[in-house]
Amino acid sequence: MSKHMIRHDPQRCISCKACEVHCQVKNRTAAAVKPGALITAGPDRLLDKVQVLSAFRPCFHCEKPWCVAVCPTGAMVKRAEDGFVHVVRALCVGCRACVGACPWKVPQWDESTGRVVKCDGCFDRVMQGCEPACVAGCTTHALSFSRPNENVRKVRLLYAKSLLVEKKSG
Amino acid sequence: MPAKTIYSVCGMCPVRCPIEVDVENEQCRFIQGNRQAPSIRGALCTRGAAGIPFVRDDERPQFPMVRKGERGEGRWQRVSWEEAFSFAAEKIAAARDRYGGRSLLWSDTGGPFSDLRQAFVRGLGSPNYFSAESVHGVNRQHAALSLFGFSDDRLVLDLKHAREVVLQARNLFESVHIQQANDLLDSLENGGRLTVVDVRATVTSGKADRFFLIRPGTDYTLNMAVIQILLKRKLYDAAYAEKWIADLDELGRLTAGFSPQVAEAETGIPAADIEALAQDLAKAAPQVIWHPGWRTARYTDSFFVCRTALIINVLLGSVGARGGLPLSSRPEDLGQKGLSRLTDLYPAVTEQRADGVGWKYPAFEGGPGLLHTALGAIHSHDPYPIKACVTYQHDPLAELPDPEKLASILAGLDLLVCVTSAWSETAWNADLVLPLSPYLERESLIAQLDGIRPGFLLRRRCVSPRFDTRSDWEIIGGLAQRLGLSSLAFGSAEDIWKFQLDGTGVRLQDFDAKGMVDLTGQPQYSRLTEGFRFPTDSGKIEMVSFRWRRQGLPSLGSYVPKSHPAAGMFRLILGGCGLHSEGDTVNNPLLHKQMPENVLWLNQAAAAALDIADGETVAVSVQDRSGRIRVRLSEFIHPEAAFTVTGFGRTLPPESRALGRGLAANRLMPGGLDIGDPSGGGLALQEHEITVRKL
Repeated sequence: MSKHMIRHDPQRCISCKACEVHCQVKNRTAAAVKPGALITAGPDRLLDKVQVLSAFRPCFHCEKPWCVAVCPTGAMVKRAEDGFVHVVRALCVGCRACVGACPWKVPQWDESTGRVVKCDGCFDRVMQGCEPACVAGCTTHALSFSRPNENVRKVRLLYAKSLLVEKKSG
Repeated sequence: MPAKTIYSVCGMCPVRCPIEVDVENEQCRFIQGNRQAPSIRGALCTRGAAGIPFVRDDERPQFPMVRKGERGEGRWQRVSWEEAFSFAAEKIAAARDRYGGRSLLWSDTGGPFSDLRQAFVRGLGSPNYFSAESVHGVNRQHAALSLFGFSDDRLVLDLKHAREVVLQARNLFESVHIQQANDLLDSLENGGRLTVVDVRATVTSGKADRFFLIRPGTDYTLNMAVIQILLKRKLYDAAYAEKWIADLDELGRLTAGFSPQVAEAETGIPAADIEALAQDLAKAAPQVIWHPGWRTARYTDSFFVCRTALIINVLLGSVGARGGLPLSSRPEDLGQKGLSRLTDLYPAVTEQRADGVGWKYPAFEGGPGLLHTALGAIHSHDPYPIKACVTYQHDPLAELPDPEKLASILAGLDLLVCVTSAWSETAWNADLVLPLSPYLERESLIAQLDGIRPGFLLRRRCVSPRFDTRSDWEIIGGLAQRLGLSSLAFGSAEDIWKFQLDGTGVRLQDFDAKGMVDLTGQPQYSRLTEGFRFPTDSGKIEMVSFRWRRQGLPSLGSYVPKSHPAAGMFRLILGGCGLHSEGDTVNNPLLHKQMPENVLWLNQAAAAALDIADGETVAVSVQDRSGRIRVRLSEFIHPEAAFTVTGFGRTLPPESRALGRGLAANRLMPGGLDIGDPSGGGLALQEHEITVRKL
C-alpha cells in the first residue's frame, strides 16, 4: 500500500462516474481507457431497500505489487518516496504481463498506444499538495484521500458507534 | 505542473457551477469545482469534468457558415465574421422595416449571463425574448406566481438544513445539481429524512427512507390528499396560516374529494403511507421541503401538481424558513447596489408579446415565456408575423415535441440564425451558424446571483479559441453595431464588466482571489417579518388566486383520471441523467463513451407479457412515428411507464459519435406542440402513449 489511500463512501456516492472522467481528463487517456473505475449495479433489492450499488476501483498500490514483479522491462515501478505504483511509459513494451498478474486487473491496455496505462495515484498532483483528480472533483465528496491510519481510525470509530446505536435501539 | 489556475464558470449544463481550471502552455489541463465556493467545495460533476475534451474536439462549428442548399441539407459555405454579421443584420433589418421589430424572436438558453442578449432584443423593439425554461419551468413559475405574486426563482431550497425532504419527479442524484445534491446528502448524514415519489427506482430513491412508486400522471391526487390530511388533522402551522394565508377554508373545500383512499386508488400508494408521510412532515415543520418540481412540463395538470407541492410547504410554514424555502436576497435587500443592466439602456417594449402573455393570458408573466405558442405565429401570423429567429445555445428542434411539425413551422422564417458552440438540430437547419467559443475559450458578462448568499460571479476566458469562434459579447456587439445599437458594442470584456460594476463598490480585481464576490459574510435567511406583504391582490399567499380567477382559470381544478394504457402500450416518461445535458453533450468524446445511447426502461413483468427480454431492441411507435430502441428491464418501474432519457437520436452528419445513436423521444410526440397545461401555460410532454412491439 502507498502512504496514502482513497476511500469511497457508498452512502454519499451517486454513481455519477465523475471520478472516472476526472481521471481520464487529467491523465489524458483514450476514451476507452479508465485507470480508475466506478463499478455500479442495480437498482436492486438489498436489505429490503431498492438501491443502486457502487464500488470504486482505482489501484491499491500494493506493498508487494505483482505487476512490478512480473514486468520484464522495469517499466512498472513502485516509488520509494510515497509508495505509488506507476508505469514508466518509455520502458513499457506492451506485453501486458502486468494486466495478467494483477489480481484486481487494474492496469489497462491502451489499444491506441500499444502500452499499459495505470492509476498512478496522481503522484504529480499529490507532490504539489493536491488530491488525486478523482478525489478532487468527486461530485458529492464521496471519495476522500488520506493516510491509511487516519482513515482506519475514523472508520473504526464510525462503525463502533453504529453498533452501539443498533444495540440501543434494537 | 499548472502555470496558473483560472477561476471561471462551467458551461456544460444550465446550472453553471463555479470552477477552477489549471492552464499550462495555453492548454487546459484539469478542471474542478471552485474549492473556495462553499456551496460545492471543489466538486464538479461528470459533465463538467468533460469540458476539456469538448474544447479539444474538432466536431463542432469552427467558423461562421451560410447555408448553400436547402434548409437541413448540410451544404455550407464558410464566410468571414464581417460577412456573417452583414448577412444577419441585413435580413433582420429587412424584417424590422417591413414587419416591425416585434417580428424578431430570440430563443435563448437563459441564465445569469443573458443581460446583453436581452438588451439587444429590446433595443430592436421586440418583446419576444424566450429562454429554455419555457419548456420545463413555466408551470412551476406560474404556480409560484399564483400563490405568492412572485416567480419560483425567489424561493431557495435550503436542503442542507431540511429535516424532511420530498422529491417528487425530481431525480436529484442523477440529474445532478452539485450544490443541491451535496446539501441533501449533508442533511441525510445529519439525520434528515428523504421521501422520493417517482415512477421508477433510481439512485435518488435508493437513498430515500421512503419510496413511493407512483402510477404515472396521478401526482395531483397524492398532493391533494396530503393537504387534506394536514387540514383535517390540524397538522398545519395555524399561526403561520393566520398571518400569511388567504382563503384557507376554500382550500379545505377544494380538497374535500381527495381522501387518502381516493389517492391510493389512483396512485397505488397505500393510504396509511400517505397518512404517515403527512404526520412526519408536520413533526419536522418548518424544516420541510416538498420539491416543487424540476421538469414540470409533464401532464395537463402539472400546474396543479407544482401548486399543491408549494401549498404543502406553505401549510407547514416552510416558505420563508431556514431549512425550508427561504426567500432569496438581492444586493438591494442588503442595502447594496446590484449590477448595472444593459437592458436598462433601452425603453421597455410595449408591443404585445407573440405568445399572448400579459394580454391574451393576463395571469401569465414573461421571463421564460411560452416559446411553443410564439413559434406558432410564424405560420399563423397570429397575432402578427414572426419573420426572423435567433437561437442562442438553445435547440428547439431537439427540446420541443414534434420536430417534424416544428421544422415545417420554422420553414416559414425569412431568417434563422443559430449562435452555438456545439452542433445542434436547429443549427443544422439554420441559414447562418455563428459559432460561439466553448465556455473555456470565452468570457461572459458578470453574473449576479441572488439567494441566501447574494454575490457576483465571473466567467473568465481560460484559453484562446482553437478555431474562428467568438464570445457572446463579440457576436452581439458585431450585430448591434450594424443595427444601430452601438451602445451594445464594446471594445473589450473589461469595458462591459466595468459598466456592470459601476456604482456597486466592487472592483474587477476583487474577483482575483476567488473568482466570485460574496456580498455578505453570512448566509441571509430572508424571513417573513412583520409588515411583509406578498405582491398578490390580498397581500397574502393566495390559495385561490385573484389573478388566475380574473383570467377565468381555476387555481386548483378537479382531477381528470389518467387512463390505463392498453396491453402493449405505455405512457412515455422522460428524464435526464448525470452523464448528459440534453443533446448538448451526446457527442462529447468521453461522455459519449460513458453513455452512447439511451435505452427504454420497461417493467419486467409487463415486458415478459410481450415476450421482450432485457437488452433486446424493440420497435416503438405512436401514430405514424416509429423508431427502435434497446430496452432495460427493471422490477422497479411502474408497469404503465416507459422511461427514457432525452437528447439522443441525433441526425447530424458532423457528429460522428452521436449520429443515429439511441432514439429521440420528442419524435414520439405527434401534435405535442399543441398539448399543454391550460392553467399553467406549459407543455405536457408526458401525455403520449407509445406502442412497444417485439421485433
